[in-house]
Formats: sequence, structure tokens, C-alpha cells
Amino acid sequence: MKAVHMIIETNDLTKVYGMDGVSVTALENVNIQIEAGDFVAIMGPSGSGKSTLLNILGCLARPTSGKYILDGEDVSNLDKVQLAAIRNLKLGYVFQSYNLLSHTTALRNVILPLLYDRTRRVPQQEWQGIGEKMLEAVGLGDRMHHQPQELSGGQQQRVAIARALINDPVVIIADEPTGNLDSRSGEEIMGLLDTFHKQGVTIVIVTHDPIVAAHTQRTIHLKDGHIDTIVHNGSSSHPIAKKEADYAAI
Amino acid sequence: MQPSEVLRIAWEAIGKNKVRSLLTMLGIIIGVAAVIIMIAISAGTEATISDQITSLGSNLIYVSSSFSRMGPGVAGSSGGLIYDDATAIEENISGVKGVVVEQDASETVKAGSVSLDSISITGTSPDFLSVRNLTLAEGRFYTADDITNKKKVVVLGFDLAQELFGNTDAIGQTILVSTTRLTVVGVLAEKGTVGDVDYDARLYAPISVVLQKFAQTPFSRIMGDQIRMIFVQVDDTADMDNVILQTQILLAKRHNVSLDSLDFTVTTQEDIIATQESTTSAFRSLLAWVAGVSLIVGGIGIMNIMLVSVTERTREIGLRQSIGATPTDIRWQFLTEALLMSLVGGMIGTAVGVGGSWLFGTVSSMRTVIVPSSILLAFGSAAVVGAFFGFYPANRAAQLDPIDALRHE
Repeated sequence: MKAVHMIIETNDLTKVYGMDGVSVTALENVNIQIEAGDFVAIMGPSGSGKSTLLNILGCLARPTSGKYILDGEDVSNLDKVQLAAIRNLKLGYVFQSYNLLSHTTALRNVILPLLYDRTRRVPQQEWQGIGEKMLEAVGLGDRMHHQPQELSGGQQQRVAIARALINDPVVIIADEPTGNLDSRSGEEIMGLLDTFHKQGVTIVIVTHDPIVAAHTQRTIHLKDGHIDTIVHNGSSSHPIAKKEADYAAI
Repeated sequence: MQPSEVLRIAWEAIGKNKVRSLLTMLGIIIGVAAVIIMIAISAGTEATISDQITSLGSNLIYVSSSFSRMGPGVAGSSGGLIYDDATAIEENISGVKGVVVEQDASETVKAGSVSLDSISITGTSPDFLSVRNLTLAEGRFYTADDITNKKKVVVLGFDLAQELFGNTDAIGQTILVSTTRLTVVGVLAEKGTVGDVDYDARLYAPISVVLQKFAQTPFSRIMGDQIRMIFVQVDDTADMDNVILQTQILLAKRHNVSLDSLDFTVTTQEDIIATQESTTSAFRSLLAWVAGVSLIVGGIGIMNIMLVSVTERTREIGLRQSIGATPTDIRWQFLTEALLMSLVGGMIGTAVGVGGSWLFGTVSSMRTVIVPSSILLAFGSAAVVGAFFGFYPANRAAQLDPIDALRHE
């Protein structure tokens, strides 16, 4: 038996929204396990609960019941400030619409998460150097001082990926990262994510595009707040030995 | 987050919307400038008044009758100041440089075909010029001899001489005051109006003549010649308090009253300046309040724009939250932005206020004195306004839910 480092582990994760006295169950008893180095896609029709799941996995929302263990720490019941620190240090987000600060250079955008790091893991005089290194890693070494409006959509998403990676997160959470891009730029972004995955970065991606999902090792299909199926995509290589046996379905 | 980074983000946010930021700051700029200019104008007015009062001679003690203290039939009360009181002060109190008495009257004055009603007459003594800091334009002032002999002479104020004689020489001419003929011996140089007294529109006659001809009352036949005021000029400023006390003791004895129920009041120029200042300071605080209201209006402008800004930047707030900003971080970011805007506005307003005060004092006849504490006050209120009106929008931003904020279009 090989020791596996579990990054994400949910235990009967349930989210109920109460609206005008009527409660809607968005997620019910979802159990997911994602190991370090995994590349996982979450798919499902709208209303299947994938956004809710993503928000909880991204520590932007708390589950109504059940447990969410991130990198060995139970984060189900943390307060706003604690969750902010978790988001800062352990999670990296990539959004469909990039969400870069306008009128701000690529470099300033990339180092933004360092500003909110209360642990001061990286001293301020090193911020610029690290930011430059991250931009070089996403192939934008020559665009560091460009502002988002001067960059193409694909380039903006690269900046966003560099920003997501700068605090060395345990998992990257990408929400339709290619949704706003043409197919060529989309392929480039997926290629970049593949590269980082091969370097050992754990990635969870929400998509409705099967071509995007094909880049991942596994696809979790959600339906009506439950896990419908889990499909293993054989084509993708995995640097760490897979342990496929015990993913609890439903 | 480090304060330097918070400041930098706020500064960048202000710079992104330069025109809008400037228009927002305009309220604060106008408010701060208004506070400084208003206070500079009222301080200038105060300085002018105090200069004028000091220009009426220095080291002066004013002794005046206080009739209000007397009821009819109060035993032993004498009825205020009489002419002999002045002589007594001059003879008995040391450190006195000069004593001048004043009694006023008002009569019709005629010269040739010109006739003027209700001209103020000041009856006084020869030291009047030096004690009250007045100068002659031509001729001479009346002498002690004129007073003793009740000579029918008169000195005219500058404007009065112009009105009566125009450009012809007034010296040696005769005027008819009521039914008494007086010969003009001198004309005073221009002095203007100080307090409510126009020194140029009156005439000055020997006190003895005024008491006999124009200010005769039944009272004076019994008690002696009544006068309105005695001016005592003191040699040395350090002696002022001593002379005041001696005067009070002497006159109390002469009037047969006790020291705590005097029938006259003794004041100094400082007292008069203080009274004037209390009047203008009321005026000053009124102006400051008006200016303060414009500061509050400026603050509401800041709140308005900050609320717009929070709405516009909802996605940015969501993003910052998603990468680790706490509610406190977000609150500080927007509060700093509001504060910075009002402080920059305050700085520009201070420059405008100081420049405006200077310009106002230069081009208009009004005097302005820039009061350093007014700059502090204006600047401080700008900061308070920024913090107060920035807090609500900042709090609103801090309380946004990250998911809703990220989804905001």
C-alpha cells in the first residue's frame, strides 16, 4: 500500500438553500476524494449542484451539513476570517472571466494574493521576483507590464493562472476556464494546465465541455445534487500511482 | 495587509477615475477653503478693530458714569462724574500723564448760508489731542487759558469743515452753534469712524463753554458740572492696575459710595477690544458653521461616490475576497480611499483657502489674517468627514458575500 496524500475529502456534504420558507437541496450527501496530483473535472447540467460544490470546495461557502477536509484540515465550520486565510494560502482560483484588476499591470495582478498573506511567507522585497517568475512560467515574460486591456483573452487567462499559482496552493480550482475563449486559446490554456499538472499541481476543473474534461484523469458527473457517475479517462497520464478502488459513489 | 499597500491601492483607485475623484473632492476643497477664508476675514476684521481702538491713544483708562446703578432717591449718591473729579484725579494720583474730560452735546450749526442740524459737540480739554492720538490739519487747538476764560473758540472735524466752508479757509471764521457764536481756531486732520464715533463730523469746543452753553441741566447747578467720561492716560503700562485702583478709591470717596457699589465704571482699551472681539467671535463662529455645512455636503458627496464605487467594483471585491481578503481588508481599502480623497481635497482646499485669503486681502479693501489653527481645524474636519462618510460604504463592501460579488454583472 502506497501512502496517499488526500487533498480534498468530503463526507456526506450537503447544502440546503432556504428561500421564503421553501428549502432547496442543492447538494446531498456528496462524498469526493481527491489526492495530491489529481486532475479532476466536475460536469453536470445546470442545476446539478456543480456551482454549489465548487463554491464549497473553494471555501467561498460552507456546507449545511457534512464534513469538508482540505489538506488534512476540517474547514467545514471555519469563520469568515479563517476561510479567507485558507483561500489565500491553500487555494488558487481560475475564473471563466479571468477577473483581473483593470488598469493594473499583469505583474501587479499576479502578486495580488501575496498582499493578503498575513503569515508573510514571502517577504515583500521578493514579491516582484516571484511574480516575474510566475509570468515567465505561463509564457508571458514579455508582457509583465501590460495591463489586462492590452492582452488577449488567452493571455489574460494565463495571468490569472499565474496569480492562482503564486501562493503555491494545494489545489487549483478552475471554473469554466476556457468558457470565454476561442477553441485555439482554450486548447493552449488546457495545455498549460496539463503542464502544471505534470509538475504535480492538483487541479479541479468545472466544465460543460467534454473536450476540456478529456484532459483530466477523472470526470465526476453530478445530477440533482448527487454524484451520478465517475468516469476514469484512461488517456491521461498520472505521475502518482492511482488508487481507483474506493471512490464512494452516491 | 500592510498600510503602505492599502494606501497604494487606494491611491491607484483614485487615479483610475481622475475626473470623478476631483469632482468628488470639490465639495471638500470648497468646504476647507471656505473655512480658512471665512476665518481669515473675521480675524482681519478683528485686527482692524483692535488697531483702531489702540490708535485712539495708548495706556488709556476710561472712567464713565454708570447711571443705571442709581435709583432716584438713593441716599448719598452723587449722580455720576463731575468736572471736579477729573481735577482731583490729576492732582492726587501718581503715575498719571494726562487727564481729559469729555461731555457731549448736539446742536444746530450755521455758517453763512449753510445750516446743519444735530451736529455732535465734544466738550473737552487741551490734552485731548495727545491722549486720543489726534492731529491738527491746520490752526491750533484750544488751550488751558481758553478753558479758564471760557473763550468762544472751536476746532472743527475735517468733514465738518469741508461741509461748512468748502475749500475756503475755515480759520478765523465764525460759526453759530445754537445761539452762541464761536470762532474757528483749528481743523483736525482726517481720522475716520472708530467704534460708532465719527471723529471727522463733529466739532470740539472748550469743556467750560460746552458745560455752560450746551449741556446745562438743572442737576449741574446743585451738584457741579456733569461730564460723560474722563480719560486718564497712564505713564507706564505697568502702572495701569495701580492707577485703576487708586482712581476707584478716590472717586468712591468723593462720591460717598462703597467700592462694591460704584456709580461709575473703569475700563481699559483691553476691555473694549475684548468686548469687540466677543462680538466678532460670534460672527466668526457663524461663518465657521456655514463653512462647516459645506464640508458636510462635501462628505455626503464622498459617500455617494464611494457607494457607486463599491457597486461598480463588486466583482473586484469578490475577487479580492476569493484570493484571501478578509472583511477587515476590504473595509480598510474603501475607508482609506474615502479618507485619502478627503485629505487630498483638504490639502488642495488649504492651498485654495490660503491663496484665496491672500488674494482677497490684496485686491479688496478688506483685511485678512490667515489663522494657522483654522488650517488645522479645516484639515481635521475634512479627515473626520472622510472617515465618517466613508465608513458606511466601506462596511457595505466588507459585508458582501464573495459568491454574490463574483457573480455580479
